Amino acid sequence: MIPAAAAVSVATALDWNWETTWEALPILLMQFLKVTLVVTVLSTIIAAVLGLFIAMAIRLAPRPVAIAVRWIANFIRMTPIVVQLLFAYYAFLQLDAITIGVIIFGIHYSTYMSEVYRAGIDSVPKGQWEATTALSMSTRRTWSAVIIPQALRATIPALGNYGVSMFKDTPFLLVIGVVELVNAGLIYGGNTYRYIEPLTLVGVIFLLASYPTSLLIGRLEKRLAFNT
Amino acid sequence: MDDKFAALGEAMPRLLDGVWVTVQLTAYGAALAFVLSVILGLAAAHPSKAARVPARIVIEFFRGTSLVVQLFWLFYVLPLLGVDLHPMVVGALGLGLNYGAYGAEVVRGSINSVPSGQWEATTALSLGPVQRMRRIIFPQAWALMIPSLSNLLVHLMKGTAIVSFITIADFTYHLDQLKRVSDTFFAYAFVGLLTYFVIALVLTFLMNALELQAKHKLGQGLSLRQILSPAPTAAARTGGTL
Repeated sequence: MIPAAAAVSVATALDWNWETTWEALPILLMQFLKVTLVVTVLSTIIAAVLGLFIAMAIRLAPRPVAIAVRWIANFIRMTPIVVQLLFAYYAFLQLDAITIGVIIFGIHYSTYMSEVYRAGIDSVPKGQWEATTALSMSTRRTWSAVIIPQALRATIPALGNYGVSMFKDTPFLLVIGVVELVNAGLIYGGNTYRYIEPLTLVGVIFLLASYPTSLLIGRLEKRLAFNT
Repeated sequence: MDDKFAALGEAMPRLLDGVWVTVQLTAYGAALAFVLSVILGLAAAHPSKAARVPARIVIEFFRGTSLVVQLFWLFYVLPLLGVDLHPMVVGALGLGLNYGAYGAEVVRGSINSVPSGQWEATTALSLGPVQRMRRIIFPQAWALMIPSLSNLLVHLMKGTAIVSFITIADFTYHLDQLKRVSDTFFAYAFVGLLTYFVIALVLTFLMNALELQAKHKLGQGLSLRQILSPAPTAAARTGGTL
């Protein structure tokens, strides 16, 4: 009861308005479902696929190409997604902002995911590689039937964690005018001159969505660990 | 092409001001984040529940609500509570709280991965809890945590690019001005991304140096001075420590 009482007294001090809260909630949830979640899911898929290609290119391509790919990936990873979004938005005016967002988030996070795949590929025991040579498997079959299935097992939780990070980074989309959750809260605040309720709700929605997902990923990690 | 560089030359003083603001925000945010990381990390690694539970709640709260949400909340809601802070303070506070929570997880994980023999040895030597942490456990955990803290520092630096939305004229803000007098590719990709990349590389380099130094203090590898000295000493050649 003490946290509840504390919450009520803080709400009083903030001049919290429940009417505003109930009015803002459906508007925010709508943008959350329509924009934030859609961008997160689509970008995660792009990042997971592209990340695997980058990891394989760094490993399989001729050395100069591999070095070039690695530096491009480092460049994308070490520069702000905000600036990348602004650049792509003004450079490709024919595409709408959400499409730009999905593509840039996909590319940006693929550079993180490629590192996860790299670690996953490195964690496949050496004997597995030797076995594919002994069985004279083709490169294609070595990767598709032996290496990738084993590497993926170790990478799934880490990929999930990057999905959650991406989810929490989606508010950066507001720099190119996408009305995702935070921007919806700011617009609501601008129209009604009430910022406390919408912005607090936005934080609560983020917390309620990301924390249980992180817990689930943590449990998955324990289950998929090699030594159990 | 020449007129673009002329525009760049003209915009240079403001761009440099912007870089300086970005660097300052990164430094203040990182300083606050580091202090919070150590305090929350130590509390989260503490055996007693009374220390662990509050630390966990704070860490999960600031990790779970996004950085951008925290910045806007501090920017729009604090004034309503009668707390009027300079936007730079709001920026550093938001960055520090968010990345401090991430850093706390790194600190906690590193402290917990110091081998148990080290903990047992401190008991055998009957060191007090403060001495144990300060002299034995933390220096070893410190060497372990630097690579992850280095990643977080680059993240934090990248996160500063949003602060023009809370009225701070940082580097990204001035890029928009440069775009108006040149073009998109030149302003955002060539000048903008490249400058941020250089800042990130410098930060990574500094953190790598810090890691070498931390390891050297543990008796692993050469010291920075030995690595950077033009004439390697006998000890440096053989890889020993002085």
